[in-house]
Amino acid sequence: MNIPIYLDNNATTPMDPRVLEAMIPYFTQKFGNAASRNHAFGWVAEEAVDYAREQVAKLIGASEKEIIFTSGATESDNLAIKGVFEMYKDKGNHIITAVTEHKAVLDACKHVEKMGGKVTYLAVKEDGLVDLAELEAAMTPETILVSIMYGNNEIGVIQPVKEIAAIAHKHGALFMTDATQAVGKIPVDVNADGIDLLALSAHKMYGPKGVGALYVRRKGPRVKVTAQMDGGGHERGMRSGTLNVPGIVGLGKACELCIAEMESEAKRLSALRDKLQSALTVLEESYVNGNVEHRLPHVANISFKYVEGEGLMMAMKDLAVSSGSACTSASLEPSYVLKSLGLSDDLAHSSIRFGLGRFTTEEEVDYAVEVTKKAVTHLRELSPLWEMFKEGIDLNSIEWAEH
Amino acid sequence: MAYSDKVIDHYTNPRNVGTLDKSSHKVGTGLVGAPECGDVMRLQIQVDDNNVITDAKFKTFGCGSAIASSSLATEWLKGKSIDDAMKIDNMDIVEELALPPVKIHCSVLAEDAIKAAINDYRVKNGLEPIESEKVHH
Repeated sequence: MNIPIYLDNNATTPMDPRVLEAMIPYFTQKFGNAASRNHAFGWVAEEAVDYAREQVAKLIGASEKEIIFTSGATESDNLAIKGVFEMYKDKGNHIITAVTEHKAVLDACKHVEKMGGKVTYLAVKEDGLVDLAELEAAMTPETILVSIMYGNNEIGVIQPVKEIAAIAHKHGALFMTDATQAVGKIPVDVNADGIDLLALSAHKMYGPKGVGALYVRRKGPRVKVTAQMDGGGHERGMRSGTLNVPGIVGLGKACELCIAEMESEAKRLSALRDKLQSALTVLEESYVNGNVEHRLPHVANISFKYVEGEGLMMAMKDLAVSSGSACTSASLEPSYVLKSLGLSDDLAHSSIRFGLGRFTTEEEVDYAVEVTKKAVTHLRELSPLWEMFKEGIDLNSIEWAEH
Repeated sequence: MAYSDKVIDHYTNPRNVGTLDKSSHKVGTGLVGAPECGDVMRLQIQVDDNNVITDAKFKTFGCGSAIASSSLATEWLKGKSIDDAMKIDNMDIVEELALPPVKIHCSVLAEDAIKAAINDYRVKNGLEPIESEKVHH
């Protein structure tokens, strides 16, 4: 077992060595520009890109003609949201999203607002799921796009994507999903789910950083987006720029591996995740955040009350995890995702996200449980809040001095 | 964020963790911060008849810097007169622990906790609290 242990696979995943192996020739020998149509170097590159396009398409049940390569999910989200708004704004200027979306979606929506668009940010229920009745009520004849993520990056909650898509379509709007955390982890099928646009990224599924894709539906309806980058008209004019051939080859290979191994891996990871979760919630005053049924197989987000997340992470320095606490930021605001579930600030500050992955072993999970339990116990002995709780003092009755 | 060795040392081996008898007139308690901000610091001092701090204890809910700042504060308080303790400046803590700029807040909290503990002691013993006019760095 190598220390420190990496349990932050929602932030990024290590690259699978099989992916690297597939990529290497495209840096040196097969270095051609995929747009060079007049010689063999270009053809070899183009062939590799075409193959990768098929691999990506297959993972999400799409046709290869519907895959646009980008620099990652952030670019895909931006291209989808801004691109749809610009293309369809004569039809309507309203977009619906949710408060728990990734910043790439929320900030792209803010940009749309600056361009004269209207955006509704749906609140979520206590378990992190979008309220379908609220979505339905928010739809207007002006609504052109509903953008709701597939699986949440902080709490792993899986949205009822199919139902959301049906509501969007009923009102004549497109449905887009940021599926960065879900693709390759759980079965995603753009046709079965009714997805019109989908963003994904290679580095969240054991591929390289700096490459991703946007799925854009071609039939029923034929979706168009306005390009956000002008240039040589690559990717059917939707995303200009010389293709990142090695990266694209890596993304394709990563998708292929996910198709082959997803089912068994999801089973293995959800069992490990459940083990971790039940071992840690044995601790007094610890809570799992987000819906526990509709959830990605590899994510557990747990709040340990009366202990601050950053301090806790320091006590678990052998574990690479993430916290919803924001003690490092100037604002001191904890995670907006956790807050939107109705968590109090102190509980949001007390959260730790464990993100398991393909290379996580049972031994590592056992070790993580041991280290976390020890750290929580140690820090609670240091915590005045824990002492007050143990003495039965109501913390809400105290007049805290704001800082 | 990379912390200094001193922060890590105080964090890993916190000095003077504990609780003094809050009801004793010899003890001053300062509780500052708020759970929603992610930091709560409780600092306590025990004062003898010569106005010298004979013991100091802390408990802190917060990040590594907050814990280290309060641990260091208790070390500095022990053996100091009340008047000298009042002079502890948050920037002294920042320098000693080499706190990164984003963590200066933790040192401010520690200075405020010291002053709050001293004032609690003063009020308990029939003295006026000392108003701090200082603007924090």
